[in-house]
Amino acid sequence: MVTPGAHSAVESMLDVKGLTVRYGAHTALQDVTLQVRPNEIFGIIGPANAGKTSFLRALNRMSDFVSGMQIEGSVHLAGRDIANVRNVYALRRRIGVVFPLPVGLPLSIYDNVALAPRLRGVKSRAELDEIVERCLRRAALWDEVKDRLRNLGSLLSGGQQQRLTIARALSQDPDLLLLDEFSIAVDPVTTMRIEEVLKELRQEMTIVLVTNLVQQARRLADRTAFFLGSRCVEIADTEDLFTGTVKDQRTRDYVEGRYG
Amino acid sequence: MSAQDSTFLKTEHEEKSLRQQKLVRMFLMFMTAMLVLPVLGILSVIVARGAPGMSLEFLTEPPRANMTAGGISFALIGTVWLTAVALLLALPLGVSAAIYLSEYARDNWLTRLINIAIVNLAGVPSIVHALFGVGAFVHFLHFGKSILAASCTLAVMTLPVVIVATRESLQAVPQPFREACWSLGATRWQTIWRVVLPNSGSGILTGVILCVSRAVGETAPIMFTGAVLYAPFSPEGVFDQSMALSTHLYNVSTQIPNVPPGLPFSVALTLIGVVLAMNATAITFRMRLRGRKKW
Repeated sequence: MVTPGAHSAVESMLDVKGLTVRYGAHTALQDVTLQVRPNEIFGIIGPANAGKTSFLRALNRMSDFVSGMQIEGSVHLAGRDIANVRNVYALRRRIGVVFPLPVGLPLSIYDNVALAPRLRGVKSRAELDEIVERCLRRAALWDEVKDRLRNLGSLLSGGQQQRLTIARALSQDPDLLLLDEFSIAVDPVTTMRIEEVLKELRQEMTIVLVTNLVQQARRLADRTAFFLGSRCVEIADTEDLFTGTVKDQRTRDYVEGRYG
Repeated sequence: MSAQDSTFLKTEHEEKSLRQQKLVRMFLMFMTAMLVLPVLGILSVIVARGAPGMSLEFLTEPPRANMTAGGISFALIGTVWLTAVALLLALPLGVSAAIYLSEYARDNWLTRLINIAIVNLAGVPSIVHALFGVGAFVHFLHFGKSILAASCTLAVMTLPVVIVATRESLQAVPQPFREACWSLGATRWQTIWRVVLPNSGSGILTGVILCVSRAVGETAPIMFTGAVLYAPFSPEGVFDQSMALSTHLYNVSTQIPNVPPGLPFSVALTLIGVVLAMNATAITFRMRLRGRKKW
């Protein structure tokens, strides 16, 4: 129950019940139930085709725009059932997404970060400048690009592009940040820099981190879910996963690197 | 020979593969040459026989003496009119339809049927388009025999080319770009306008090039709908009739007696020149756009 006046103190930022995602006849995710607490970094690990990406795509209702994608079950974001949100665009503005391969839109660095503010109608040059600088700084990219903001974002290196997409995701001031295997095309040093960024961001937002690196989940996540074969096998405090107090043998095998 | 040397010797199987590879390469080169030769032949004959008759006066003066002398200015201006109006009609219609089909329409039997219809429309012979134009635009819509009716007919004929080229270039924009933009809270249209269209401009221009080339050269569709054997003036509006290069070429080659033998070639050379000039403009634009597109 949300008591009046305590709006920000919702118990779970994300409350997912019985979530199933289908693409046509193919079931990508089945009956997942989990809660993510405010300001927590929630890790999701699991091998390919476990439904991790589908889980993220369901959270911002990509199904509205992707033909053939269907969602069952319920998702509450800060207490609101997202299926009942009329304005899907406002919903998506509260959720930042970072994709596995950096998608630097073929726009300039500046325009990449200014895109979301512009979409919601910000026109003032000074305001846009301020947002762009703030977001690039938070994504630890400002110093490297401040002299070439007019250059194409897609010409940056892979690691820089990924930080650019993080800056872009931050430009909408999201409550929830979804990261989908962000380090897949990024070198280890940049990965560590981004991880530092995430640790700072958690003070302001809730982060769901899908990762293919088990150790990354261990470094960052407060709690971690293990997905396998389109189901959520287990959710536990991250330390418990790695110190062996898991319920399911499959989780132990995966964490210890016996498969996946 | 030491054992180490023999590791780099060709095996029998490799020799066979290499022989095969050489043969296939020769064959493909030969076929490409076969393709280029006729084009070069046609061009060289037209240039050789048409160039002597070319002059500024030829392009800027009206025909005289029952079209056996003088220039082709009315036909040249008429062709520009016909093509421009056809493009003005076909481009907005075709690009809009392609955007709808590619970005909005769901993939169901209806859209598949529409796609099949568009592809088939491209295969309809131009004389059928001509008859359709006479029925639909000249008579039913009361445009009369006019530039408007002829351009409408040309537009209908070139629409499938525009639609297919545009759709292809829209679909060449990677899906992750769209999803990245959607996840920022963009509407479909905001995504199309800011991300998809700027990156498919070059492909759409390819469609325009194809469309122009076809519209400039077509004879049958305009012969019954708006092009005349001789008009003693250059058109001033879309309801005027007009001469056109393609029909003029047909007429001086086959219909009019006592035409000097070089004249049809000069007309043909002008026709090719117009197509190339229009294409060159579009290609320049396209190269500008391509320079911006990098991912």
